Amino acid sequence: MIEARNVFKTYYVPHKVEALVDVSTRIAAGEVVVVIGPSGSGKSTFLRCLNHLETATSGHIIIDGVDILNPKTDINKVRAEVGMVFQSFNLFPHKTVEENVTLAQRIVRKRSKKEAADRAMALLTKVGIQDKAAVYPDQLSGGQQQRVAIARALAMNPKVMLFDEPTSALDPEMIGEVLDVMKTLATEGMTMVCVTHEMGFAREVAGRVIFMDAGRIVEVGTPEHFFKNPTHERTKSFLSQIL
Amino acid sequence: MPKSTYYFWVGVFLFVIFSIIFLVYFATMRIDYVWAWHKIPSAFLYHKQVEVRAEIQGTVASITPEKDQSLIKVKGTGEEEAFTVPTKDLRVSVNDFVYPGDVLASYGKWQAGIMLQGVWITLKVSLFSIIFGIIIGIIGGLSRISDNPAAKWLAITYVELIRGSPLLVQIFIWYFVVGTMVNQLLLAYGIHEIPGLWYGVAALACFTGAYVTEIVRAGIQSIGRGQIEAARSLGMSYAQSMRYIVMPQAMRRILPPLAGQFISLIKDSSLLGIIAVRELTKATREVITTQLNPFEMFFVCAALYLVMTFTLSMFVQYLERRTQTA
Repeated sequence: MIEARNVFKTYYVPHKVEALVDVSTRIAAGEVVVVIGPSGSGKSTFLRCLNHLETATSGHIIIDGVDILNPKTDINKVRAEVGMVFQSFNLFPHKTVEENVTLAQRIVRKRSKKEAADRAMALLTKVGIQDKAAVYPDQLSGGQQQRVAIARALAMNPKVMLFDEPTSALDPEMIGEVLDVMKTLATEGMTMVCVTHEMGFAREVAGRVIFMDAGRIVEVGTPEHFFKNPTHERTKSFLSQIL
Repeated sequence: MPKSTYYFWVGVFLFVIFSIIFLVYFATMRIDYVWAWHKIPSAFLYHKQVEVRAEIQGTVASITPEKDQSLIKVKGTGEEEAFTVPTKDLRVSVNDFVYPGDVLASYGKWQAGIMLQGVWITLKVSLFSIIFGIIIGIIGGLSRISDNPAAKWLAITYVELIRGSPLLVQIFIWYFVVGTMVNQLLLAYGIHEIPGLWYGVAALACFTGAYVTEIVRAGIQSIGRGQIEAARSLGMSYAQSMRYIVMPQAMRRILPPLAGQFISLIKDSSLLGIIAVRELTKATREVITTQLNPFEMFFVCAALYLVMTFTLSMFVQYLERRTQTA
């Protein structure tokens, strides 16, 4: 489903930073991958490279058979198949909850008004905020906003969902509701790549955990391997600090 | 603040205002200025006596009434003329002999004075400049934030040139340089010249466009990167993200500074008098040359600008309330 081959990302402004160094991995359909690592380790950059919000400096990123680093690729088409959930929700504040979920369906997927509205209602029900369809995002709590953001991404019927620290901006008591939605998605067989600090989620849901540091993939393994007997020193020290 | 103190300062406010008015009045008394407010209405609307005179020598051949208008036909030797006048104002009857210059009919009618025409020109010039200014500003603003170096640098050059030179000089350049060039070229190809008013509009639109460019740029940049990232991540193109996500949000933030800009524009249109566009200020000065009442006329002129700018700012406030969702 996703294949990253020798991906490099280097920033030159304001000074040279190697954000990603020779990152290669494959993510199969239906797999749930959790990416962890200290801040500045390149995990968010990697995730954002996967839907071309950041352009990798070199290498290949192949999504569903299409190399998105090929300049001839219609990136909008690929992005429609890749849902993304942001740390800061990024709901559209001038649109109601329902409009947030229907807008891209109408514009990008060219669905009819009714079809889009039906799908929006079904998804809002799924994430448990169907009764807030007509309100504006600023009247929702952070957890509710993030669930709308998930519904908005799902509305496009994506083949992959990318989560960029979806719970990091939330009050502690709201983290659970968002994680529950993500767990449901995982059990339904959605292909997911999650950058998160929620080790409980990683342990419970992840099929595979990727640990990144200084722009490189340091260690890859199952949650059992990771949390019981990590091999690398860097992984050990990171885990000992956060667990 | 206790009520008594509050009213004390309200009193101070009124005292200062009335003192200024009285001081001005007192000063004009000392220099023997004769106030003539009663002359002002005629600068706006006046009753004009229209006299329809025969141009040839002959007899009135026929008078055909049609509703309250009548068609007079005068027949001379080998020539003929016809006039349409109100029936009740007829001064001749059929078979009357008339010489050239004889009055056939005389009637009064209300006519817009030079000041009212001036207000109309000011409104027209401002409206066109605002419309073109918005168009230039949106294109300029989008170019300014574009990654394309040509578009970006053109926008920067335009903004810096316009903001760095006086509007008065720009009006001169538009009228005396561009205007001369274009009109000479048009003349060479046998096409009608463009009236000076349109060079004035061009100067004001270009001037305002530069400021609107910066306002639009700031408005767009004030919308967080996350908004466009969210839109793009859903598969929307850059243009779609701009149209559906960024622009509607930016518009709300752009409106207040835009209103200020357009209020400035209405006031700046007073400079167009120097290229013989008879807008409100020029009209005022023309009235003063005949009525000799500069004090009153300039106050009236200022008040009229105030009415126009205040109306505009009220309208923008209404728009702001309407776009305020949630």
